[in-house]
Amino acid sequence: MNRFSYVRATDVAQAAREAGAPAAKIIAGGTNLVDLMKYDVERPGRLVDITRLPGLRAIEDAADGGLRIGALVTNTEVAYDRRVEARYPLLSSTILAGATPQLRNSATTGGNLLQRTRCYYFYDVGTPCNKREPGTGCPAIPGVNRIHAVLGASEHCIATHPSDMCVAMAALEAVVRVSGPGGERAIPFAEFHRLPGDAPERDTNLGRGEVVTAVELPARGFPAHYTYLKLRDRHSYAFALVSVAVGMEMDGGRIGEARFALGGVAHKPWRDPEAEAMLRGQAASRDLFERAAERTLRGAKGYGHNTFKIELARRAIVRALEQAAAGTPQSQVDKRIR
Amino acid sequence: MPDHPTGSDTLPLSLTVNGEARQLRVAPWTTLLDLLREDLGLIGTKKGCDHGQCGSCTVLLDGKRANACLVLAVVKEGSNVTTIEGLAGPGGALHPMQAAFVEHDAFQCGYCTPGQICSAVALVEEGRARTPDEIREHMSGNICRCGAYPNIVAAIEQVLAENAR
Ligand SMILES: Cc1cc2nc3c(=O)[nH]c(=O)nc-3n(C[C@H](O)[C@H](O)[C@H](O)COP(=O)(O)OP(=O)(O)OC[C@H]3O[C@@H](n4cnc5c(N)ncnc54)[C@H](O)[C@@H]3O)c2cc1C
Ligand code: SF4
Ligand code: FES
Ligand code: FES
Repeated sequence: MNRFSYVRATDVAQAAREAGAPAAKIIAGGTNLVDLMKYDVERPGRLVDITRLPGLRAIEDAADGGLRIGALVTNTEVAYDRRVEARYPLLSSTILAGATPQLRNSATTGGNLLQRTRCYYFYDVGTPCNKREPGTGCPAIPGVNRIHAVLGASEHCIATHPSDMCVAMAALEAVVRVSGPGGERAIPFAEFHRLPGDAPERDTNLGRGEVVTAVELPARGFPAHYTYLKLRDRHSYAFALVSVAVGMEMDGGRIGEARFALGGVAHKPWRDPEAEAMLRGQAASRDLFERAAERTLRGAKGYGHNTFKIELARRAIVRALEQAAAGTPQSQVDKRIR
Repeated sequence: MPDHPTGSDTLPLSLTVNGEARQLRVAPWTTLLDLLREDLGLIGTKKGCDHGQCGSCTVLLDGKRANACLVLAVVKEGSNVTTIEGLAGPGGALHPMQAAFVEHDAFQCGYCTPGQICSAVALVEEGRARTPDEIREHMSGNICRCGAYPNIVAAIEQVLAENAR
């Protein structure tokens, strides 16, 4: 690890001011940042500890029937919160599908959003990488790319965002609250993370010196018809190769509101509004789900090792939509896929 | 490599470690794992991967299990840390989980064991795992290279059953 100075911020304004300095980095749970610092991928000159900031540790009911989750609430606290379990079981399910009990105890809501979009070349400072050192190239495209993106990638970067939690937040249309030099603002979830384009070094649209203070969940939580199906190389403690979060409302056999987001396939949680629109007002059927899956993957592109993800994603979408429509969500304990 | 920073590099840090209040000085880049092992001589907590991937560094931090390798010590000012050395009773009587691990031969080389035991103690405390499937899932943050998993699950099942009585 490189040498750095350290400051314990006592209020959000101070944290934002400190975090705005060129070499400064915010630390929350540290599970992503410290890991990257040990590989010299992140070399901050100063760490701004936000763990003592007041007012960021609560989960509160919002006036519109939604829920406001403070940025420092841990992944464990969110997953087992009674209101989240009852009203947003999809969010609990995605969190419990990720990492381990130890990591979830340390990981915070804000840190999970802002963990780096990454790949194994990004971790290896002995190789070039456009995300780590802009302009040096992307060795994954001609190289080993089994875990990489099949949707929304660019010639500059094909990395995937590794979060499970964020896949649910995309489907739930959460709003990210931030505070920074320009005051406070709200960023719709779909606009929070970025596609790589020609600036893969930027994972999100958060500005310099901006601090995430909370994530707000709208009232609609899909408690009856949801699922999170995560496919990976081993049943636990592994990142998704492909994952699908679904939230649906059903009226008899007919679909009302329908959302689904994919993880493990793109630089950000992937949603396709057209594919979702195909589902609304229709009777749930395998045929319909297959057509929606085809639509979602129409622009998919494989790079060799990861080409299998396209067919895997197609099947995962169909299975997840079936699980949600039937009201039989994927268990994150008994991993059998039914 | 342990860091031995001097003077101006270090910051004051108060921690309670295994019930004992400690006034320390640490460099900001010192992890809790390195602090425990290198500065406090508590070498029961093991370093496996040093990247959050194996669980051998698991300790109880303010009562909750955490990977000490990914925690910067200075961030935990005022915290309470329990390591494997702090689990036994006053007279050296083994913690029930330690005794169950011995009884079920829940290890081979023993390297992962302190982390497994700390994690298992937290699992029982959390009260969310009952069935073998649930125990396996809730212990997924602790890798055992020797593959002692069946006996680890049996040890934990026994402690859960003893507590239920
Ligand atoms: C071995 C391992 C396995 C994992 N497996 C999974 C998995 O299966 N699924 C999954 O989803 N995740 C997984 N993770 C990732 C884990 O979920 C993240 O590391 C964690 O959520 C990050 O949260 P943190 O609080 O520790 O962030 P930190 O490491 O403290 O911070 C991460 C980044 O966010 C910034 N940041 C933090 N908080 C704020 C804020 N409030 N405002 C602005 N910036 C902020 C920091 O500057 C830093 O750049 C795994 C991690 C490890 C180490
Ligand atoms: S995919 Fe992105 S993160 Fe991975 S090597 Fe290429 S540029 Fe770097
Ligand atoms: S040493 Fe901490 S998880 Fe492996
Ligand atoms: S007993 Fe050897 S690693 Fe678990």
